[in-house]
Amino acid sequence: MPAVNAIKGIGHRTINAVWRIGVATRFFLLTLTHSGSGFRRFHLIIKELFSTGVMSLIIIIVAGLFVGMVLGLQGYETLKRYGSESALGSMVALSLVRELGPVVAALLFASRAGSAMTAEIGLMRATEQISAMEMMAVNPIARIVAPRFWAGVISMPLLAALFSAVGVFGGYLVGVVQIGVDEGSFWSQMQAAVDFREDILNGVIKSFAFGIVVTVIALFEGYDAPPTAEGVSGATTRTVVTSSLAILMLDFVLTAIMFRGT
Amino acid sequence: MARYVENYRCAGLECALLIPWIPTLSSPALVEIRDLNFTYDKRPVLQGINMVFPKGKLVAIMGLSGCGKTTLLRHVGGALKPTKGYVKVDGRVMHELDQDGLYAMRRKMGMLFQFGALFTDMSVYDNVAFQMREHTDLPEEIIHDMVLMKLHAVGLRGTHSLMPSELSGGMARRVALARTVALDPMLIMYDEPFAGLDPISLTVVGDLIRRLNDALGATSIIVTHDVQESLKIVDYVYFMANGVIEAEGTPDEIRASDKEFVHQFVHGEMDGPVPFHYPGGDYRQDLNLKG
Repeated sequence: MPAVNAIKGIGHRTINAVWRIGVATRFFLLTLTHSGSGFRRFHLIIKELFSTGVMSLIIIIVAGLFVGMVLGLQGYETLKRYGSESALGSMVALSLVRELGPVVAALLFASRAGSAMTAEIGLMRATEQISAMEMMAVNPIARIVAPRFWAGVISMPLLAALFSAVGVFGGYLVGVVQIGVDEGSFWSQMQAAVDFREDILNGVIKSFAFGIVVTVIALFEGYDAPPTAEGVSGATTRTVVTSSLAILMLDFVLTAIMFRGT
Repeated sequence: MARYVENYRCAGLECALLIPWIPTLSSPALVEIRDLNFTYDKRPVLQGINMVFPKGKLVAIMGLSGCGKTTLLRHVGGALKPTKGYVKVDGRVMHELDQDGLYAMRRKMGMLFQFGALFTDMSVYDNVAFQMREHTDLPEEIIHDMVLMKLHAVGLRGTHSLMPSELSGGMARRVALARTVALDPMLIMYDEPFAGLDPISLTVVGDLIRRLNDALGATSIIVTHDVQESLKIVDYVYFMANGVIEAEGTPDEIRASDKEFVHQFVHGEMDGPVPFHYPGGDYRQDLNLKG
């Protein structure tokens, strides 16, 4: 009997997971459908850009700087073995714009802005603010969800770009200023190695995709959160965990598509 | 512009208070509930409910927590679809409306939630102006005057720049009341408007509910379990228990009722048809006592 119950449990969880994916997809489509009226309230998108984008600047800049500095140190140690210290600039830049910039910025975005979005919307649900809006004949998807969705989608590539730029500066500080790699070769190698379409554009596409995924997960978890303290805290945790896994899995898929054979 | 001026003139409560709208006993029904049944997760929540809410009247739905009062209110607002029966508001069956029709109907309704449900990221002013901005093209100057008039009517004009977190529970409820009547609705629904209020706020909110109903010529439905405060202000009462109507009548009839359930509820008696103890197993056995 325990074996049967275990199989039943797995079956229930699987059905529940598939059902939630379906509901989340419908939620995403509804958000897109109501984006028109969201854009008519452009001041709301601006307000959300501030709370999701501008308020995430500090964590993105500080994290980018330190990731760049670590890359500078580690890269130098590795490249020194092959006598290629001059390639440090290209190594730091390629690592950042192709992978670390979009991925780490998205992970930080999910932790900082995504969790805040989930908690805010979950609490709005718990305190009946969403029900009140519905009773006032105002669609909450158009008024609450769509502006936050577009703010997240717009913020994410910009934050990832900033993360990469600050990271390159961090690599420069460690590699050139501290260790003494030649400044000219640092920048010229970087300029020669980084391709706009192959590297930068693909990085932007990645961060754009991460922005969609993280924001949809955060908004859906908040909107669907049980209206209790436990429900909201659980939804916030799920946002961070699910977003982080989704970012890493999607990164693999996108990398396989974009960089295979190059 | 003529429409704006007309709206502007009719929006203020003082304006309406000058010529009170007096309902008559023969008022036609604004809300009609017929044979309403609702089942949730195989559990019957509402069973064969029949109610009538005449225009201009203030009607209370009372009963214990979990008896189906709020579920009933959600049916009136079109948030739930009945398993059987219907709710008709202003001649239209709510569950047959599409989303546009439902939203059009909700623009003529107002609902005060249990704890106000004010938007916490907006000031008091913006909360009251919310529906005006969403549903009308009124210029901001006119919205400004209308908002201040609504807030003045609930005695809180001076709080317009405060955030909801800076208000007491009673003040928040009054601001929510001002927001509820922002567009002069024909139907106002109150979900536990007296919950958690101090005695002074309780009287103020009760008095405002009655005065707003009469001044706006609206019809009001109050879902509550606050017997004494409600009986002071309402025209008619429905008592619900376990998803059915147990009793109904005017406040005087309810006070004089000899029905055991009504008597226990009105007088707040500990034991009666509603038992003090939740059903459980044998007490001695639960305490592991032998013999």
